[in-house]
Amino acid sequence: MTIRMIGRHIREGLKNMWRNGWMSFASVSAVAITLLILGAAMVVALNAEQLSTYVTGELEINVYLNQQVTDAQGQQVAREIDQLSGVKSVQYISKEEGFKRLKKMVGTQYASFMESVNSGNTLPVQLVVKAANPRETTKVAAEILSVPSVHNIQDGENVLGKLFSFLNAVRDVGLAFVIALIITAMFLISNTIRLAIFSRRREIEIMKLVGATNWFIRWPFVWEGILIGVLGAAIPFAIIAYGYQFLYHYSGGAFVALSFPLMKAGLVAHKIGGILFGIGIIIGLWGGIMSVRRFLRI
Amino acid sequence: MIEMSDVWKEYPNKTMALSGVSIKVNKGEFLYIVGPSGAGKSTFIKLMYREERPTKGHIFVNGFNIDRLKERKVPYLRRNIGVIFQDFKLLPRMSTYENVAFALEVINTPARHVKRRVHDALEWVGLLDKAKMFPNQLSGGEQQRIAIARAIVNNPAVIIADEPTGNLDPETSWGIMKVFQRINERGTTIVMATHNKDIVNTIRRRVVAIEHGRIVRDENKGLYGYDD
Repeated sequence: MTIRMIGRHIREGLKNMWRNGWMSFASVSAVAITLLILGAAMVVALNAEQLSTYVTGELEINVYLNQQVTDAQGQQVAREIDQLSGVKSVQYISKEEGFKRLKKMVGTQYASFMESVNSGNTLPVQLVVKAANPRETTKVAAEILSVPSVHNIQDGENVLGKLFSFLNAVRDVGLAFVIALIITAMFLISNTIRLAIFSRRREIEIMKLVGATNWFIRWPFVWEGILIGVLGAAIPFAIIAYGYQFLYHYSGGAFVALSFPLMKAGLVAHKIGGILFGIGIIIGLWGGIMSVRRFLRI
Repeated sequence: MIEMSDVWKEYPNKTMALSGVSIKVNKGEFLYIVGPSGAGKSTFIKLMYREERPTKGHIFVNGFNIDRLKERKVPYLRRNIGVIFQDFKLLPRMSTYENVAFALEVINTPARHVKRRVHDALEWVGLLDKAKMFPNQLSGGEQQRIAIARAIVNNPAVIIADEPTGNLDPETSWGIMKVFQRINERGTTIVMATHNKDIVNTIRRRVVAIEHGRIVRDENKGLYGYDD
């Protein structure tokens, strides 16, 4: 097929779109809305993935020793834990250090009260342990718990598990929603092209009579579908790419409440661009081919 | 050029349109198909350009075996056949020139050839001066000439016409017949279904009469043979 032919088919496809203005608009909108939702879901998913990697990397085990353990004994326990396999580092927080932190957390309002209890510091020695492999944090935590004079531990796994199962549920619901929308969009496109075929049936009849090949007749309708798909992908892509870039700069590159780093705007555009345009083209192509097959029967 | 042997055509609604038709048309012949309405003339014509497929029998047109022709080969058969109808089948939003050029463009003729060939075809039918006008600005006879120009622009070996003068007044019909005669004189085979008694009886050519799906008469320089 020559360039001239491809050019002709695309031109005819555009002409079809123009002639059925409102139906084309509806189809493009359907694809655009579908892909906008898909794109937004992907932005969330990408950042959730980034978040989980980040959080897992930052995962710490807070170990509280028995209250009667002194600082000197605590140092000994810290060394013991450091020897355990799978432990990367142990940070020692003495009773005094712990109290300072607590004072800072409580704030100036209760400063005088805090001063009064200072003499009787009853805080336990705290150790902050990091596992060599963040994924084995739970295992390491269990080992630490069996060390004598360890009172209790907080490994954060519980919170993380809840977060992940929530993100998974969001993803599944979103996916079902997007699939339903994709089917609607395909249906609308195939309907639009059916109208284009209908409005050009006289031309098609004459084309057949004078010996145009079937594909020569089909191509413009297939291109119409592709163009609807591409246009339907370009709009949400632009919205998401620019919208995300704006949010990224606005928030200074970190998620406000949790202060974890967001995925870079350029990377997000790169990752969703291929998928949005790919799905857009597939939806359009499918809609086009289906209607050509069903309604042209040539 | 055209050969049918024992051709039967039954439509899905059980109407038997043709029952065992056999005929041979030589290159350069001019053939009238006559007969009452509903006798099978249109089916006979449609089989030749593969608009319909025969239920039984063999059909050859210009070297194509029509009853065995694959669907995707049909366009190449059509490029050798010019088809003309009672209702012209022109595209209203295209000019005379564009209507004729359309037939060349859809079979992917190089652009540099299109202009000259459309010019030649319009000259043949005497419409060169109306190349830029649109069908609704032209008379019925002129519109039919556009259709003829479109049919001959590919230099087909056969022209098939289904009642080409059916919508035209007698005077205009004679003008159209002159064009057909000239096309026939340059060696193109013409098959024409018609109800026009005067034309058949004046321009005497081979006449094939079809009744109840059978050929009941086939004579050279024959007469129309019906009263209407």
